Amino acid sequence: MTISLLLEMSVSGFPERTAITSGDESLTYQQFDDLVRGSGTALQQSGAKNLIYLGGSGLELPALLFGAAYAGIPFVPINYRLDNIRLTRLIERVEDPIVVVAPRYAESVGQSGATIHATDEFFAQARAAVAQPLPPADNDPEGPAVVLFTSGTTSEPKAVVLRHSHLLSYVMGTVEFGSADPADGALISVPPYHVAGIGTILTNIYAGRRMIYLADFDALEWVRLVRAEAATSAMVVPTMLERIVTALDGNTADVPALRSLSYGGARMPRPTLEAALKAFPDTGFVNAYGLTETSSTIALLGPEDHRSALESDDPGVRARLGSIGRPVPEIEIVLRDVDGSPVRDGEQGELWVRGPQVSGEYMGTGSVLDAAGWFPTRDLAYQDSDGFVFIVGRNDDTIIRGGENIAPAEIEDVLIEHPAVRSVAVVGIPDEHWGQAILAAVVPEGDSSPTSEQLREFVRARLRSSRTPDRLVFRTDLPATPTGKILRKDIAADYLASASADSAR
Amino acid sequence: MLKSGVRLRSQVCATEVIVVRAGDQATVLNCGGFPMVDLAQSQEPGPNLSDEFAGGTLIGKRYVDAAGTIEVLVTKPGAGTLVLGDTALAVKTAKPLPASD
Repeated sequence: MTISLLLEMSVSGFPERTAITSGDESLTYQQFDDLVRGSGTALQQSGAKNLIYLGGSGLELPALLFGAAYAGIPFVPINYRLDNIRLTRLIERVEDPIVVVAPRYAESVGQSGATIHATDEFFAQARAAVAQPLPPADNDPEGPAVVLFTSGTTSEPKAVVLRHSHLLSYVMGTVEFGSADPADGALISVPPYHVAGIGTILTNIYAGRRMIYLADFDALEWVRLVRAEAATSAMVVPTMLERIVTALDGNTADVPALRSLSYGGARMPRPTLEAALKAFPDTGFVNAYGLTETSSTIALLGPEDHRSALESDDPGVRARLGSIGRPVPEIEIVLRDVDGSPVRDGEQGELWVRGPQVSGEYMGTGSVLDAAGWFPTRDLAYQDSDGFVFIVGRNDDTIIRGGENIAPAEIEDVLIEHPAVRSVAVVGIPDEHWGQAILAAVVPEGDSSPTSEQLREFVRARLRSSRTPDRLVFRTDLPATPTGKILRKDIAADYLASASADSAR
Repeated sequence: MLKSGVRLRSQVCATEVIVVRAGDQATVLNCGGFPMVDLAQSQEPGPNLSDEFAGGTLIGKRYVDAAGTIEVLVTKPGAGTLVLGDTALAVKTAKPLPASD
């Protein structure tokens, strides 16, 4: 059983329903299935052992994902924003690949030795093959379906291996087949090389929900497209939601068809979420937490949870707006202390997860699952009495100052509430006296120019003194990945570089 | 043998299923009145669908026994009724999750 089964069932159930819309083009499930058969045939004919895709979202993406499964080879989408050297390095890590590239990125891979095909050339071949397709390859359900490179914010990207069994477990465990209404549509603007971009194809195909692609995110275009296509659901990362809320400029979005808006991929700043809840008063919000290694979503905070939190007088319930919700079916979680023992109720510990959708396997280095199948997320977390999980931050981001463990999020959550602060990241920098000192990097709101002392005082009044940033710098932006993960090492490095430049004068 | 991941088909109708969860007993899963066979097994002319077990199966639905020891997902619909031992399986009521991605 492979991911091909998802498409097989959908074509069988509703062949004439529209599966995908991208720009002016739309394909029914039957038409999409034909294209997949042609793509799979072209891939088999190439003899390649892996399919690397360097391109954006659009019809080509799901066709290549299922085409690769048809051909019995892994699908490896890579990040088109990377520089040529990094792209060539990633391509070289993959065995015998065929590389299909969108024309706008073709130059970036010119230097790699691999066979490069432009998307239009490849799809011309695929369409020609529809008339005389090869039978689908014999696929091993334990075989790799997709290989995704992690964002590598702290080190060289790791290649996560997601097998058919992981993806199927995720999809069939969380989605009811054909549950979408034919009029439903999901607006997708997350990148293809991110696990959410892959997960969304599989879940929407299985649900029978039309995928509407927005290849190049623009806040106003997103709003326009949601209205024009009457999208009933959409998935965004926090930075996108921020841009949408800013673009709406205090108005409500006026998107009557949008029943559901889900977000994930990075930490959602509380002010952004609250502003978004006001801008989309009739839309249900969903927080989806997951990792590449867990085949995407393993915990959800659903629309009811958001609503109850927003409307509650109980601070414990209100706090749930900042939680990742509760685990999805088939997923078990445990919070462990540094010795590996489960923490006491309410205490912080590292979040470990287990379940059939959890891969935890990397190309080359193998599995990081422990003997009982548990995967370490490396996120620090705690649970409240009703099982809602709260992520404190990445373990690695914890600042150890004078023997005290300090989570950047605690300070960031305070500073972000200051009206003159647009965004903020708190990182540890080396300090002779404390071991690590606290550096706050702040992007001021609009034209405001808060002083370092004002902001430090703001924190001092709300948290204990050991949490007050030792240093504070102002920046025009925070270095981050396209999905919004802050590059903390870069912030620390930038500060240290300028500090040493200053002392050299 | 009923094991998670095993794909079976009906001998007497178009039903195909995949086993999601199976108990320890080596009970036989029937469809349309006759044992289901491995999907890979070739179609042979054989018995006819039993009228008593012609309830039909729905694509994409999960079928379970009352005890929850067995769960199968119908990947191709057909005319027969799914029966484990002597109990007909029923459609599992889904608790839908909000779409997350």
